[in-house]
Order: sequence, then structure tokens, then C-alpha cells
Amino acid sequence: MDEINGFAYILGDDINTDDIVPSHTLTMRDPHEMAKCTLEFIDSQFVKEINKGNIIVAGENFGTGSSREEAVNVFKILGIKAIIAKSFARIYFRNLINVGIPGITLNKWNEKTFSKGDKLEISLDKGVIFNKTKNVKVEFAKIPEFLTKILNEGGIINQLKKKLSK
Amino acid sequence: MSKTVAEKILLEHSDLKEISPGQFVECDIDLIMVHEQLGGRIHKEYEKLGIDYVWDPNKIFFILDHWVPAPTISAAQMHQDCRAFAEKYNFIHNIGMDKGICHQVLPEMGFSRPGMLIVGSDSHTTTYGAFNCLSTGIGATDVSVVFATGKLWFKVPESYKINFVGELNKGVMSKDIILKIIGDITTKGAIYKSLEFHGIDSLSIDGRMTISNMVVEAGAKFGVFLSDNKLESWIQKRSKEEYNIIHPDKEAIYEKTLEYNLSEIIPMVAKPSSPGNADEIENVEGIEIDQAFLGSCTNGRIEDLRIAAKILKGKSINPKTRFIITPASKEVYITAMKEGLLDIFINAGAVVTHSTCGACIGGHMGVLGEGEVCISSTNRNFVGRMGAASSQVYLASPATVTASAIYGKITDPREVL
Repeated sequence: MDEINGFAYILGDDINTDDIVPSHTLTMRDPHEMAKCTLEFIDSQFVKEINKGNIIVAGENFGTGSSREEAVNVFKILGIKAIIAKSFARIYFRNLINVGIPGITLNKWNEKTFSKGDKLEISLDKGVIFNKTKNVKVEFAKIPEFLTKILNEGGIINQLKKKLSK
Repeated sequence: MSKTVAEKILLEHSDLKEISPGQFVECDIDLIMVHEQLGGRIHKEYEKLGIDYVWDPNKIFFILDHWVPAPTISAAQMHQDCRAFAEKYNFIHNIGMDKGICHQVLPEMGFSRPGMLIVGSDSHTTTYGAFNCLSTGIGATDVSVVFATGKLWFKVPESYKINFVGELNKGVMSKDIILKIIGDITTKGAIYKSLEFHGIDSLSIDGRMTISNMVVEAGAKFGVFLSDNKLESWIQKRSKEEYNIIHPDKEAIYEKTLEYNLSEIIPMVAKPSSPGNADEIENVEGIEIDQAFLGSCTNGRIEDLRIAAKILKGKSINPKTRFIITPASKEVYITAMKEGLLDIFINAGAVVTHSTCGACIGGHMGVLGEGEVCISSTNRNFVGRMGAASSQVYLASPATVTASAIYGKITDPREVL
């Protein structure tokens, strides 16, 4: 996993796990049904407008709240390739990496850096996001190697499965 | 090198000779708690591993608490999946659905002891930090890793020292302390940090649990209390197992040190829709409420029910207001029954339910309708947390919740005590 290409979808600060998957969805048996409710209370357009390959660009404290990993899995089901945020809640960040979605911490960005629909190219190895639409390059603190190993295996379950079969 | 409590416990659970903040370490887990998440993503993820065992069925604490008794067919099916998994892998501590909320029952049964490293499939697993151990919440894949190997990776956190001096005034509770702290440092102020609490003598064990429970609302990984005689006598009553008290080194390095004079804390309320949106009671007094809720892993303990009964005795709740009381465990329920607290609640017009997380997560037993306002002793007031997206939740102490139930509007408990 090095180059990631996609289109930006912008979200704000403090998007919490209850926003992403409201608790009434948590007993749903089919994760795809749950995914249809993603962000329904705060952004009713999200599920309609999101396309496979989109990259979420968010503000501070993304994923604050519960340990419910469904809040990562729905994005995986919806085809989100990466999440860029000014900061992540701890459990959420772990869950992202463990499920195999890169979480990129970019302390500062504004509307001059990213807007909805911008075409983005992310290099995880170089720690660079290239906004092709705006012709802007921004650098981010690279994801530590310990975690990129998990991403490169497609998540921690795959990594562990390989280890156990050895 | 001098160490904080978090650094010491992580080091002891690793095979390294030295660790420092920022480092990735693999640690041995002493205990893992799982609830309904087992029947959510965990069992599906675990089956992908293709193994027919768990690392140690004696180190898994499994309980059903979020949707008990099952309010819907889908919740009942989730419970079926949980039970089938627990049976297949021979879980020894299969606690069932009648004992109460995980974060109350696990300590009551003596499973959280000083020096331990505990993880759980719930963000409020930080609660056990009240017992001088490290504990934190993890997601379904991490649970699967622990089930399979008994180990988990951690990034060693920096620590904040939070020092308490003085004592709380009448009508002020530990909930007010933690709401004040989260308000001060914000909901992102302690992301990935370990909060270490000093100066704890005046706080009850119940009160400490409320504080460590809510450290995650400030983003913290751990909320660990030092140990004292109060804690040791509590543990000795609950467990015959050995424990290992952990003190920080005198020269331990803290990224920040905060001091709170408890005598200066006043009743606090977190306004919708963030636990960090804390305000002093006088700025929200008089806001009309449809429902008051007392319960949850944050504040459904006997200390909480006792103060509620003290305020409510001989009074009635406002006829326009619903007051729902959910004891945090069966043990709390029975104690409240023996002490006559339940009589006071029921006679005042409150509804007392069995022990569950139901109302706090908008699951059942007190779901809010469109536009309704609730004052609640729980830990989160996110949009739609307790029901409809347009409902509003104010977080407060059990004393403030109860005083508000009497008047049908947010009320300073110091005026009725």
C-alpha cells in the first residue's frame, strides 16, 4: 500500500462513533444494511454522495467515543480508501489500522488545501498528499513502520492469520 | 529511568528491560472483558483466523449488558451468537445477562486488581483504572488478537498528573470533578495520554470509578488512580487473588501537571452535544426537562442511589417529568432494596429498571423521542445518543439529576439537600 488515489469528502471536527453508526444500527445483522445508515443523523447526503475510492478529510478528534469497530467497517464497506484528519481518537485510530484503512494525521489544513471533490494522490511512503485539483502538495508525519506493516498485510487479522499458519 | 504508573505496568507486561513514551511494545494481557460486541463483529473476525481455541478461557470475562433482556429480535440473535461463541470456546467466566453492567460487575467480582493490564470491547473499560490497574477499550479485531495470542501492541503513552487537594462540598460529586476536567482540557486534550490521579484520599471507590470511567471522553487511554488503604480493603473483600500495588517513581516525568482544589468544584453540567461542553450549574438552571435518567457505568452505583434517595425522600417527581433509575448491577439493586431506597424511588414516581446499558445508548428502557430533553447521569450526550436525533441530553451528577427530576427543570442540588 503506497499510492492512494481518490476524491476528497470533507467532514468537520469531533465526528464521533455515534454519528458514524448510531446505536440503533448496532444490532443489525447485515453490515451492509448498517452502512446505509452511516452518518445519517448529521450528514444525510453522505451515503448518497459517497463513491467508492473517496478519501475522507476531517477535522480534530475524528472517531471520538465508543470502541465500536463498526464505525470503521462501514467506511470500508462504502469503499473509503483513507481518512485524513487533524487528529484521531485513540481507539478509532487503532481500529482503522487494524481493519486496513490508512489514518493520516495532518495537524493543519483549510479550504485552500482541500475542498469537496478535489482529486487527491497520497503517498504513504513519502508522507505527501498531492491535491491535483488545486495543485497543492502537503506533507504529513509518516505512519510508523510498525503500523504500515499491518496496513500492508491488509489488516491485523490477515497479519495474525499468516503468523499462526507458520 | 523513573517511571509513571502506566510505564511501570506496561514494562512489567512486556519482555523488554526498558520502555519510554512513544515506543511500540507488545504486552501480555491479564484479562479481557467482552460484552455484546462478541456477537457483533468479534465472532465473525475471529472465525477468519481459522483456529479452534482461545489462548486462555480463564482470562476472558464475558457478560451481556447492553441490550438485556433483549428488546428486539435482532438483539436476541446477537445474544445467541454470543452464547454460542462462549460455549464453543469454553469460556469459564460466562457471567450471563442478569448481573448488571460490565464495568460495575467486573470490579464487584474482584477481577480488577492493582498492577493488572486489562482490555475490553468497550471504550469505558478505563473504569478499572480506579483500582490502580491499567485498563482501556479496544475494537473487535484487537479483541480477536488477544483471544488468539493473549498479547496486544501498545504505544507507551505520556502521562498527565492530576493532583487533588481539599474535599468536595455537600451536593457536589466526583461526576462534577470529571466534567470540570473534561471541560478544561477538552475532548481532545488527553488523546493517547494516561491520566494519573494523585491526592485521592477523600474520594470513595465509587467516585473514583466515575472519574476513570469518563477519562476516555477527554481522549485518554488510561485513567489510573494511585492505591491507598481504602482501595486495599475494598479489594480484600472482593478477591483472594494476589495483587501488586504500583506507585509512580518520585522523579517520574509528566507531560503536564494539573491541580484541582475539590472544595472549589461546584455542580457542573455538560450541555448538548459533547461531554466537553461543560458549564456551571447556574448557567443552565431552569432549563425544562422531559426525562431524568440515573444509571449507567458512570453513575449507577450505590453511592449514587443513596444520594438520590436522600434528595427524593418525602418528595415527588414533577408530574410532567419521567424519572428512570437503572442500578448499575444486581448487587447495587439488592443493596438499594435492602436499604429501602427503591421504596423511596417508586413512591416518588420514578421507574426502577433492571440493570442494563439500555437508556444510555438509546437502546431501550428510556429512549428519547423527537425534541425531548433529558438530564442524565451517563457519559455521552452526542447527537441522538439516547434516542431521536433532535433530542438533547445534559450530563450531570446523580444529585443534579435527582433534584432536576423533582422540579422538572435543571436544578442545583445544593438547594434541595
